[in-house]
Parts: sequence; structure tokens; C-alpha cells
Amino acid sequence: MASVSHFTDTEVHAHDDHEHPVPTGWRRYLLSTNHKDIGTLYLIFAISAGILGTALSVAIRAELMFPGIQVFPSIAHVLMGNGSLDAGKHMYNVFFTSHALIMIFFMVMPAMMGGFGNWFVPLMIGAPDMAFPRMNNLSFWLLPASFTMVMISLFVEGEPGMHGFGGGWVLYPPFASLAGSPGPSVDFVILSMHLAGMSSILGSINFIATILNMRAPGMTMFRMPLFVWSVLVTAFLLLLALPVLAGALTMLLTDRNFGTTFFNPAGGGDPILYQHVFWFFGHPEVYILIIPGFGIVSQVVSTFAKKPVFGYAGMVYAMLAIALLGFVVWAHHMFTTGMSLNAQRYYVLATMVIAVPTGVKVFSWIATMWGGSLQLRPPMLWAIGFIFVFTVGGVTGVVLANAAIDRYVHDTYYVVAHFHYTMSLGAVFSIFAGFYYWFPKMSGYLYNEAMAKLHFWLTFVGINLTFFPQHFLGFAGMPRRIVDYTDAYFAWNFVSSIGAYISGAGALLFLYLIYEAFKAKRHAPNNPWGPGATTLEWTLSSPPPFHQFLTPPHIEEEEVGHTIAAGRA
Amino acid sequence: MGRQALKMSAGAALAAGAAGAARAALVGAPADGQIGFLPANSPVQYDIEWFHNAILLPVTVGISLLVLALLAYVVYRFNEQANPTASRTAHNGPLEIAWTLAPALTLVVIAVPSFRLLADQLIIPAPDMTLKVTASQWHWNYGYPKSEGGFSFDSIVKEDKDLKPGDVRLLTVDNAAYVPVGKIVEIDVTSQDVIHSFSVPSFGVKIDAIPGRLNKAWFKALHEGVFYGQCSNICGVDHAFMPVEVHVLSQEAYQAWLETAKKQFARADGVDFAQAAPPSH
Repeated sequence: MASVSHFTDTEVHAHDDHEHPVPTGWRRYLLSTNHKDIGTLYLIFAISAGILGTALSVAIRAELMFPGIQVFPSIAHVLMGNGSLDAGKHMYNVFFTSHALIMIFFMVMPAMMGGFGNWFVPLMIGAPDMAFPRMNNLSFWLLPASFTMVMISLFVEGEPGMHGFGGGWVLYPPFASLAGSPGPSVDFVILSMHLAGMSSILGSINFIATILNMRAPGMTMFRMPLFVWSVLVTAFLLLLALPVLAGALTMLLTDRNFGTTFFNPAGGGDPILYQHVFWFFGHPEVYILIIPGFGIVSQVVSTFAKKPVFGYAGMVYAMLAIALLGFVVWAHHMFTTGMSLNAQRYYVLATMVIAVPTGVKVFSWIATMWGGSLQLRPPMLWAIGFIFVFTVGGVTGVVLANAAIDRYVHDTYYVVAHFHYTMSLGAVFSIFAGFYYWFPKMSGYLYNEAMAKLHFWLTFVGINLTFFPQHFLGFAGMPRRIVDYTDAYFAWNFVSSIGAYISGAGALLFLYLIYEAFKAKRHAPNNPWGPGATTLEWTLSSPPPFHQFLTPPHIEEEEVGHTIAAGRA
Repeated sequence: MGRQALKMSAGAALAAGAAGAARAALVGAPADGQIGFLPANSPVQYDIEWFHNAILLPVTVGISLLVLALLAYVVYRFNEQANPTASRTAHNGPLEIAWTLAPALTLVVIAVPSFRLLADQLIIPAPDMTLKVTASQWHWNYGYPKSEGGFSFDSIVKEDKDLKPGDVRLLTVDNAAYVPVGKIVEIDVTSQDVIHSFSVPSFGVKIDAIPGRLNKAWFKALHEGVFYGQCSNICGVDHAFMPVEVHVLSQEAYQAWLETAKKQFARADGVDFAQAAPPSH
């Protein structure tokens, strides 16, 4: 197989050099229409945003390590030139708001869809590039613009006399309306979200068109690797959910600037209307953040178990079911807003049903490993870690689905623990699984596997130490988004902060690992993972040629191996 | 029992770490390093605690441990040293049906008590008294109905320098709300500015305070004592500093407090209480 692909590469290079010279320097990236270069840009962007988002969270944990307000007045002094206690409290609010926005819109989404999706969807379906290469460029370059907007929002007035918006990433009015935040900070956040939304909508159109139209001959829908399925499902979620967010944000924007009163009770509007529209987007959004992770974990588990994915069709239908149900459960974020009994009953039931397809996925991953021949290499460690932490986050989700219990733990640290188990551990673990799985393919270099395993263990221990005690804080009644807490909450907050420092050290190790891999230049073979890696990207060189599959590969059942064979059974 | 004396005893109970139901005065405040629920003091909160600890906790911990055990077994049994040749099994129809149906049935078991408790929370019984709770940045205002004397007052967190022995930092307020024990209290919650959320975990109560909307909730306190909560929706710079403090008193002590409070707090409409004709009861 290797010799065949080598021949193909040479042929491609010759063809490519003749037709289009590979652009160099800044033009290669700024004007790029190449899915791999754009994927690389997305990944660099996501890692940079991830560093900033992590720094914000470490600052938050430093503040919460001890009762009292110690850290943020100094941060406000340095960043805003105002070191007063109130400026410090407000800066804390701005930090957790920005942490969420950055991690959701500028770290997880760009990494999974923009980064891995751009890189590997065309490779895995045997396509030469994305369907709309120039739109792909636009999708990416809207993101830095969006990010700039959110950065500007930090340095202009939000609440009276304060810089930045500190009302949480959900932008609930009236706090995000003129009444609560008269300064332009919220407007910048809204425009930032609009741009990020456009970027994602364009990207998802591109993915849908690519996957539906550009599969190589023989690559039927049910022969596609599960990662491609996960990107397709996520693209539809983005396409349907983001315009709804745009609607909510636009109404908020006109309330703020043009005298409308969609969300202002004084004008016949309703603040709760905003929450309904926002969460109609917001709940699918959390599946947008995790479904590509499902795909990555399926690829990694199958590769390192050297076995086909167990229950391929079930896995696809489970993703579809999760996506569909994700659109009809939004008001479980709103059990304390005073909804009627019947509405709450419905949202309880619908939300709990999501546990069924999620359970199918978890059990299928375990069954994929069952009877396999497991190589515990770094991507596999992250994937196994993912299965466990995502299960923990999943079962606390079932607890929260019960409105009767949510009444007690809503807006406490229990909720913070829950969604960090699914996102900060779940989504992030799957991103690292994907990164360590595909890094040799993308860069052409092997990383230091011992260091990667150390990164996993530091992160696993640190982040569990950070978030597990937060369940206890939630039961003890500690509300989220508070800058200071009563002294009885000290013990678990202290433990949580120590955990955050440990996982912060893990993040630094990760950066060093990338540096070391590029410095050492250990050349990666086409397929560093052995016989379990059967998807098409492993037939290409590492890194792949600038353009690949100019002559589409023909997919035969036996050729592409287990993932696809499983789909036919 | 005087207000200060009650606080002192509450503090003593807290310091001793004893918050058992056997005590006359419960304290609904967190204890150092606590891992479970705050002390329950209403039928609804007893049910919340039972529903979680008897049903949800075993199910969730059980599933997590099952997955952990399966992962550990798979890694031990099927690593490439122990099992050099991978099987090709990718399907098992009955197994797939089983792991779809088993969670579904578990959810049905969970749903039954969940729905019963939900109805208990949301169907408000005929109240013995109504307390109006109005939120604003950053304090609560408690309004007592005409039948109780018709007064209202702000409840503001005590600054550290004003704390007395027995007070709880960031939870104790200057003027707490008082309610009688064993009575059904309806709370009508609204806000004057942004969205806040009124919460007393020991009563199983959390309800958003939303401008332009009157949200209702209820509780029946079973024991006397002091119960704390905090604003549970981000509402601005001092979100962390608008706690809820509710004292549950015997009927007699509550009546005595009402007499003092009528004198202490001006009426909501600004009319001096002594000049307005008080309802006779």
C-alpha cells in the first residue's frame, strides 16, 4: 500500500508543479484555498485561543483558592489601570465571561470543525479539497476578526463605569440590555458572535457540500469513517442553530441601539423570550462541541484496538438521534424561570431520553475494544480517558435533567462540574486524542510519546481534581459565577485550584511537546499506527502532498478495511 | 427568643458541626468540607434529598463505576501483550438491543418519583402567608402583606467589620426575613432591574426574580432555625454579595418579631405604621 501511495504522490506533485505552483510565505496562508493549510491555520488559532482561555481559568482558580478577594484587583490594576475592589470584582466577571466565549467559539469549535474537519474530511472521503475552497478561506479569516471584536469588548465600557462585559457568555437581558450594561462592550460581543456565527455557517455549508458531493467512487454514506459522519451531523446542527442565535443577538442589538423592546417588559417585551431563543441555539451548541469528539474517539479506539467500530450503524443513528433530540430540550436550562408544570415535565422527559443514544455510544466504544489488541499509545489514552470522564459528565446530566433536582443545584458549582466534565474534560480530551492521532500526519514529525503520556496523566489527574470537588460545592449550595465565597467552601475550592494548576502545568508541557517535535524532526512514516489505521489519510505521505487524490481513489470494501466493512453488515 | 440570641445559638450549632433534625434550631449553612446537601427543612427538600441520595446517586455512581470497571478490564484483558490477535466482531444484535433498552427502563424508574416531586414543587398549596421578595442590584427586599402588618424592608449583606460572633461571612444580612414554623409560605418573587434568582437550598426553593414577571414558589419550614441562600443568577459586580437569610420561628416568637418589625420598618407605601389602622388580629 505504501509503495502505491508513494507513486500517487509523485504523480500528484508533478501534476501540481505544472498546473499551480505552491504559494509561499504569507500569501500561502492569508490567501489560502487549500483545506490542509486552512486546517493548520484553524489549529494554530485554536491553540492560541486555548492558551488564553486556560490562562483566564487559572486566574479564576487563583482567585477562588482562598476566601476573600486577593487576585483580581491587581489584575484590574494591570489591565485597566483601576485597582479598586469593585474593578476587581467586575474583572472577575469579565474573566469568566471571556473564558466561556473563548473556549467555546475560539478554541473547541475551530479545533474540531475548522482544524480536524478541514484537514481530514477531504482526506477520509478521498476528495482533493473542500467543495468551496475560497469560502473556506473566508470562514477562517472571519474568526480573527470575530476574536478582535471580543478583545475590543474588554477595553470599552460595559456596565456603568466598568470596562468589559461581565454578565456571562449567555448575554441574558436585561443585564446585557441598556438597563444593565449601557456601554458599547455588549455590542462588540454581539458583533463578535455574529462574525463567528457567519464563519461557522459558511464552514458548515462547505462541509455538507463536500461530504454529500465529493466522496470518492465507492465511498457510500455508510462506508464513511465515523469522524466524517460526526462532522456532517455537526454541520447540520450549526446550519440550523446559528441563525437562531443570530436572531436573538440581532433583537438584543436593536433593543440596545434602535429602541425596540423585544426583551424589555416596559415595552411589552419579555426577558424570558431571549432565553428561549438563545437556548434553542445554545443546547444544540453543546452537541456541536462534542459530536466531532465522538467521531474522533471512534476513529482512535478502532485504530488502537485493531478492530472495526462495534455497531457502526448504531453509532451513526445514535449521533443523528442526539442531534435531533438536541433541538427539542432547550428549556432544561430554564427550569427556575417559572415555567409551567407541563412544560417542565416535557423537558425533563425529552432531556432524559438523550441518555439512551449516549449510552449506545459509550457501550459501543467499550465493545469495540472488547476482544481487540489494544495499543495504549497516547491517542488511545486520551480516548479511554474521554470515555470515562464523558460518562461521569453524562450521568450528572441525567441528574440535572430532573427539574425537581435541578431546582436545588441549578446555577451552583454542580452545574459547573457537569459541563466541564463533558466539555473541559470530554471535548478537550477528544481534541487531544485527535491531535496526538493526527499530528504525525499533519506535521510529518513524530512527537515524544513518553511526554505525551505524561501530558495525559497530568491533565487527567489535574482536571479531575479541579472539577470533581465542585460537585460537593454544588450540593453545599455554592452558586457559580461568584468572586468570593463563605469560608465553609474553602476546603474544596483549595483542592480545585491545586488541580487547575496541575492541568495548567500539563498545558505548558503540551506546548513544549509541540516545540520538541518540530525541533527534533523525527520523520513520520505514512502510517505510524499499524494495521488498525485503515482510513484513507494513512495511505498518503506524512505530511500529505499539497494536493491529493486528483484522481479519486476507488473504494473497495476489502481495501478500506474494517470501518467500512462494518457499515455494510 | 431574641433575634441575637437565636443567631448565637445558630452559630454555636454550626461551630459544633451539628445540624441534625433532632435539634430545635437547625442551621441551613454550609459546613467546612461538606460533600452532601445542606440540612433539609421542608417536605420538598426532604424529597429532593431522598430522590437524589436513594435513586439518582446509586444509579449515577453505579453507571460510572460500571464503565470504569469495563474499561479497566478491557485494558487488562485485551492489551496487545495479553491478546495479540484482535477479533473482528463488530456486531451483536441482542447485546445492542439490551444496552438500548436497559438505560431506557432505568430512566422510566427515575421518571416516576421525579414527576411526583416536580408536581409537589410546582403546585402551590393554599398559603398561610405570602412573602413578597423583590430583588435589585444588590440586595433583597422582603414585603409582608397587610395581614401581617404591611411593611417591607431591605436585606443587605453584612460587611466583614460588622460581623458578630455566630454570623456567617457573606451569608449573614442586616435584616433577615422571618417566617413561622409549620406554615405554608408562598413567595412572590420579582426584580426591579436585572434577573436575579432567589434561593434557599434548605427549603428546596430556587426561583428566578425577573423584571416584569411575578414568579411564585412555596415552602413549609418544618423546624425552627436560620437558613441561608444566595443569589443564583449572575447580576453584576456584587452578585456574590446578595445572600438570603431566613429565620424560622415558633408562631409566638414570630408574632413577637412582627410587633417589633412593624415599629422598626416603615410601611411599603411610606405611611407611618402607627397612624395607619392596623388590621386587628
